[in-house]
Amino acid sequence: MEIVGIDQISPDQLIIWSWGYITIPVTILYTWLVMAMLVTVSWFVTRNLSSDTHVSRWQHFLEVIVTSIRGEIREINKKGADDYVPLIGTLFLFICLSNVLAIVPGYVAPTSSITTTAALALCVFVAVPYYGILSNGVFHYLREYFQPNIIFFPFHVMGEISRTLALTVRLFGNIMSHEKVIGILLSVTPLLFPVVMQTLGLLIGVIQAYIFAILSMVYIASATGAHEETRKHVTLVSEEGVGA
Amino acid sequence: MDKISLVAMASIIAAGLTMAIGAIGPALSMGQAIQQALAAIAQQPDERNSLTRTLFVGLAMIESIAIYCFVISMILVFANPFWSHFVKAGG
Repeated sequence: MEIVGIDQISPDQLIIWSWGYITIPVTILYTWLVMAMLVTVSWFVTRNLSSDTHVSRWQHFLEVIVTSIRGEIREINKKGADDYVPLIGTLFLFICLSNVLAIVPGYVAPTSSITTTAALALCVFVAVPYYGILSNGVFHYLREYFQPNIIFFPFHVMGEISRTLALTVRLFGNIMSHEKVIGILLSVTPLLFPVVMQTLGLLIGVIQAYIFAILSMVYIASATGAHEETRKHVTLVSEEGVGA
Repeated sequence: MDKISLVAMASIIAAGLTMAIGAIGPALSMGQAIQQALAAIAQQPDERNSLTRTLFVGLAMIESIAIYCFVISMILVFANPFWSHFVKAGG
């Protein structure tokens, strides 16, 4: 059952409940549903953690997820992963669950609305300077905007804005386009082929969640690690100077 | 031909052309990227994990160009601002 019409690009106009000035679009409902699922499952599992030989299967499940997220982050950022696991892991789990639930009939993926993806990309947009200032200090972080020259300042700012826009439109476009493709296929070949496309949609949803998380981690790592590289370069140059 | 049908015709043709032309570049570059990645994996199977990760991220970057074209053509067909403007003006 598709409750978003084929001619509606975004599910935001779909009001599911309204009372006076308060209206609840379907996007907000399913966003909170996904958040509630994530929070309740993690709360129930982490309520009685054990570290001896007998470990419950749900704890195993969460440990596998957290360990693999941490491993992926450590592959990108060599300096350690613990600071970034809360943000990146939350982004990944939220996007992944809200994409994967799209096989449930009647569910509308919150990520198929551009407002949700814009909000997620704005989180990354704020997190990049936050982690950059936290690891390098305000002066060194701001100095990166004027590298190698003061002329490059507008280009750095433009790059920050355009990559936020790219994160937004990429996730929104992938999920929305897939819903529309299924909607069109339902009117052309109604019986079996949409099921195959739904299976492909699971793959696309997980890959897009992975890519969103990886790209935000790459952005954060480039903001925190740039200072390290310049310092290494400076020491290299000074050593060469001593050698000559 | 009145204004409304002119807008409709122009936006439908532009939507088709956007998809058609906009898919050429990403298709060619994705093919090339996958070809290079397969060659690299065949040469160094041990590096498969990092190669695959980089390939996926790169493919997503390339694919987003085609996705931009798709979003533009969807806006042209389903949420055209000029269309609603002319419909409102024409009554």
